[in-house]
Amino acid sequence: MARYFTDEHEWIDVEGDTATVGITDYAQEQLGDIVFVELPEVGATVDKGGDAAVVESVKAASDVYAPITGEVVEGNASLEDDPALVNTSPEEDGWFFKMTIGDKSELDGLMDAKAYEAFVAEL
Amino acid sequence: MNAPNKSGWKPTMPAGTDGKFGGPATTTGNKALMLEEALIFEIGTTETTGVDLPDVDDSAPSRLGKFARTDEIGLPGLSEPQTVRHYTRLSRQNYGIDLGFFPLGSCTMKHNPRLNEKVARMPGFADVHPLQPVDTVRGALGVINELAQWLIKLTGMHGVAMSPKAGAHGELCGILCIRAALEARGNAREVVLVPESAHGTNPATAAFAGYRVENIPATEGGRVDLEALKARLGPDVAAVMITNPNTCGLFEPDMRAISDAVHEAGGFVYCDGANFNAIVGRVRPGDLGVDAMHINLHKTFSTPHGGGGPGSGPVVLSEALSPFGPLPYTARTADGVVHLVEEESAEEFAKEHFGGPLQHFGRMTAFHGQMGMYTRALTYMLSHGADGLKQVAEDAVLNANYILRAMEDVLHAPYADSGPCMHEALFGDAGFEGGLSTLDLAKGLIDEGFHPMTVYFPLVVHGAMLVEPTETESKAAIDQFITAFRSVAERAKAGDESLKAAPYYAPRSRLDETMAARKPHLGFIDPE
Repeated sequence: MARYFTDEHEWIDVEGDTATVGITDYAQEQLGDIVFVELPEVGATVDKGGDAAVVESVKAASDVYAPITGEVVEGNASLEDDPALVNTSPEEDGWFFKMTIGDKSELDGLMDAKAYEAFVAEL
Repeated sequence: MNAPNKSGWKPTMPAGTDGKFGGPATTTGNKALMLEEALIFEIGTTETTGVDLPDVDDSAPSRLGKFARTDEIGLPGLSEPQTVRHYTRLSRQNYGIDLGFFPLGSCTMKHNPRLNEKVARMPGFADVHPLQPVDTVRGALGVINELAQWLIKLTGMHGVAMSPKAGAHGELCGILCIRAALEARGNAREVVLVPESAHGTNPATAAFAGYRVENIPATEGGRVDLEALKARLGPDVAAVMITNPNTCGLFEPDMRAISDAVHEAGGFVYCDGANFNAIVGRVRPGDLGVDAMHINLHKTFSTPHGGGGPGSGPVVLSEALSPFGPLPYTARTADGVVHLVEEESAEEFAKEHFGGPLQHFGRMTAFHGQMGMYTRALTYMLSHGADGLKQVAEDAVLNANYILRAMEDVLHAPYADSGPCMHEALFGDAGFEGGLSTLDLAKGLIDEGFHPMTVYFPLVVHGAMLVEPTETESKAAIDQFITAFRSVAERAKAGDESLKAAPYYAPRSRLDETMAARKPHLGFIDPE
């Protein structure tokens, strides 16, 4: 399994033909207490860089962008009752949605953990 | 604490078994004369009506065809006293500036003088229609023109666009003026620079007007980093949008240097004037090199929050930007007559009176703006006078600094060392224990009888609390607030678990604010 990161602070785990998407620990830290997550509908097509989900904290509502193009196959139902999971476990239990991988080459432009760590250190 | 009414009756609410205020439960759910109000659908019935309408003359054929309603509409009917009581009871559960202290930062919730209301209700102002013949509304146009002149004088600017309906609308108007001026030079440019300490609407405005937004960092002291700004200026920068005083409650002392640098690079300076209350009568933005600035009439010049209706955000313009302001505008000619200049007369009027062509970018609104705000704002200005307006700024700043210094030993005040604040004092949640948050503190203040301050804004401070007392409050009122604020802050720092469920004594306890906004129940579903 390979994990990639975007400069919009999403992470994406790739396993076979499916990818799991969430927001990074850095993102949840910046957002503060998360109170609501709006997930894309199963079956919806999302485009790389386009709006995919909304995350709302006590501070602000922010868009979460699709790291790659594909079709949404599952949303994390746990977030509906417990959006704070994104704060407590952003990169594990607090995942947002799973999607198909439309075009594997889109992964090439993303960062690996080391590059993302360096990217965040610059901010 | 200087408790009010020392010898008199006190509201006693012994704690009940559930931790809420108590005494035995009542059969009705009412608490003495605080009534638990039913929904209007529960009070009224479809069988009742409170109005007596004449019989319908159905001799004329209906033209509704298949669109004619066949089902019952199902609206509840109520008698007049039922209706009056329902809404009066609901209003008793509300809180407003007429009830007490309202320290909502960035909102300037000042007292709205009753004289304003008297003037605004005069039939010559209240009952005019925007499509009336111009000759029948010259007095109202005169008010718009007089107010425009005052705004120009107070800001040291050259012109003003009166029609924008509120702050963000005014920002858009200003940026569109800048775009029009740059296009007239042949290049609209691409980038608008927005410092971190600016209002959140600024980047949204710039993006909406087709510009790319770039951030300029703040210094440790919470002000614009002048060197970083200078380094980024160039031929692609259309404008810089600055909030001054900024959202940290601080004055930007480098404003003149910022303006000079921006002008040298061929750009324009937009100033967000939402915080004008701190400097009205004391500082003229025109002297600081500002090219465009909106003024929230509904903040600085009373009628906070637009009195529940729309606000008004006129935009004052520099000499360079004035020709590009939107239509319509008012102008008093040498003969003393106030004209309303619209598209059909604009060219000719400009040629005759300004000696040149117009380059207006279009319109911001269908009509002339917010008449109700104009009359109130002009009344406020004229009743205060120049000396009074100066004192407004002085007292607003004094009150905020009094709160800042009275709180800084209890609450984290990130910019307390940056010198005096302007009209608002900013605190953060550093040092709160037991997982307590700014939200919990705010809810605790409700139990103490105060409307909370603005929370979680600005974003640059963790768990921000922005307190703006305005000049309205007396020292006694502020002292009471400070006593309450300190006590709740100390509970938050001590990790007082009970704060998590506050407020206990409000008509409604802690609400799920997220779900109320995200998944609101807007319809009535009859449980039967």
